[in-house]
Amino acid sequence: MAERSNSEEVKLLGMWASPFSRRIEIALTLKGVSYEFLEQDITNKSSLLLQLNPVNKMIPVLVHNGKPISESLVILEYIDETWRDNPILPQDPYERTMARFWSKFVDEQIYVTAMKVVGKTGKERDAVVEATRDLLMFLEKELVGKDFLGGKSLGFVDIVATLVAFWLMRTEEIVGVKVVPVEKFPEIHRWVKNLLGNDVIKKCIPPEDEHLKYIRARMEKLNIKSA
Amino acid sequence: MADEVILLDFWASMFGMRTRIALAEKRVKYDHREEDLWNKSSLLLEMNPVNKKIPVLIHNGKPVCESLIQIEYIDETWPDNNPLLPSDPYKRADAKFWADFIDKKVNVTARRIWAVKGEEQEAAKELIEILKTLESELGDKKYFGDEAFGYVDIALIGFYSWFGVYEKFGNVSIESECSKLVAWAKRCLERESVAKALPESEKVITFISERRKKLGLE
Repeated sequence: MAERSNSEEVKLLGMWASPFSRRIEIALTLKGVSYEFLEQDITNKSSLLLQLNPVNKMIPVLVHNGKPISESLVILEYIDETWRDNPILPQDPYERTMARFWSKFVDEQIYVTAMKVVGKTGKERDAVVEATRDLLMFLEKELVGKDFLGGKSLGFVDIVATLVAFWLMRTEEIVGVKVVPVEKFPEIHRWVKNLLGNDVIKKCIPPEDEHLKYIRARMEKLNIKSA
Repeated sequence: MADEVILLDFWASMFGMRTRIALAEKRVKYDHREEDLWNKSSLLLEMNPVNKKIPVLIHNGKPVCESLIQIEYIDETWPDNNPLLPSDPYKRADAKFWADFIDKKVNVTARRIWAVKGEEQEAAKELIEILKTLESELGDKKYFGDEAFGYVDIALIGFYSWFGVYEKFGNVSIESECSKLVAWAKRCLERESVAKALPESEKVITFISERRKKLGLE
C-alpha cells in the first residue's frame, strides 16, 4: 500500500507535451503517489521554476516535502528509492546497470539524433534518418523475445523510451518521413502495442490529437514545413 | 569465487580515470588494459558495440559501459569499503544531478578549447563559468560529498589533469579564476586512488599538442 500521509507533499513542475515530464507522471502513477501538477510555460519561465532549478532552469522538477529534484532520470531513480511499491528498476545489480545504460542511450543518443530530423530536407535529412534508425536497431534487438524493455513487465527503460513510442513515432506523420517503419522495426511496433495495453501508460501520455496539433503549431512557429 | 575484473581504458581519458579511482577506493583488483583508440581491440568492439568507447568495465565476462554508470555499479557490487554514493535518497539524487551536470557541460565546452579552430576564447570563457558554478556548489566543503570523497568528486577530478591543456590553448588561468576548485583538486590528489589515476599534466599537454598537429590545428 503506497504511503499517502498528509505530511507527504509531492509537486511536479512539468509541461503536458514534454516526454521528460510525462515519464515522471507515469512513475508516480504506477506507484500510486498523489501529486500536485504545476503546468509550466517553458517559453516564459516562472520564478518558481527558476528558484527550484536555478542551474538548468528546465522541467521536470519534482518537489518532495519542499526539496527539489531535477533531471528526469535522476527524478525517476529518486521516486523508485523513495516509494518502494511496484519497483521500476530491476533488483539485480547488473540488470539495474543495463537499465541505466539503455535509458541514457535513449535520452542522449536516440533523442538527440532524432531531433535533428526536424527541419532538414533532402540528403541531409536522409543521413539523419539513417543515423536514427541505426540507433533504434539496438532497441529493436533488445526487444526480441520480450514483452517490454523491462522484460515481462513494464520497467524503467520502457518509461524512458515512451519518448520513442509516443513522441518520435507520433511526429513521423508531421515530419513527413517514416523514421520507424514496421517492416524494419516489427519488435518496436509490437512493444508500442504492449505499452498501449497498460492503463497507466494510456492515462499518462498526451492525448494524440492535441499532441499532434501542438507539434504542428510549434513547427509553424519555428518556420519548419510540416507534411 | 574469484572475481574477474577487466578495465578497457585509455591513459588520458578523464572518464577512464573515474573508474580507476572508484576501483581503487574499493580496493578491487583488476586487469588494466590500455586501448589504442585509433586501433580498437576486438574485445572493446565486442564489449561496447553501441558506442565502441572506453572505459569499459568487464566483470566476470559481463560489460558495463559509461563511466558514471560504472561508478554506481562498483559501489553496489563492492559495498564494503568507502561508500561512493550517499545512502539518503535526496542526497543521492543531488549527487547524481551534479555528476550529470559535469557530464553534460564540462567536456563538451572544454573540448572546443583545443579541438576546434577559432573557438578557444569563447569556450574558455564558458568553461570558467561552468567551473565557477561547480565551485559555488562546493562552497566551503572539503569535498563535493562533504566530509566523504565520493561520486561527484570522482566525476570531476579527472578534468584537473587537463586543466593545463585548457589553460594553454584557451589562454586562461583556471588557478586564478577558480582557486577554491583548484584547492579542492589538490586535496583530492592527496588520496592514493586519485594520485595513481591521474596522468601528469605535462604528458596530457604533449599528447594534445600532437593531436592538434594531426588535426591541422597547429
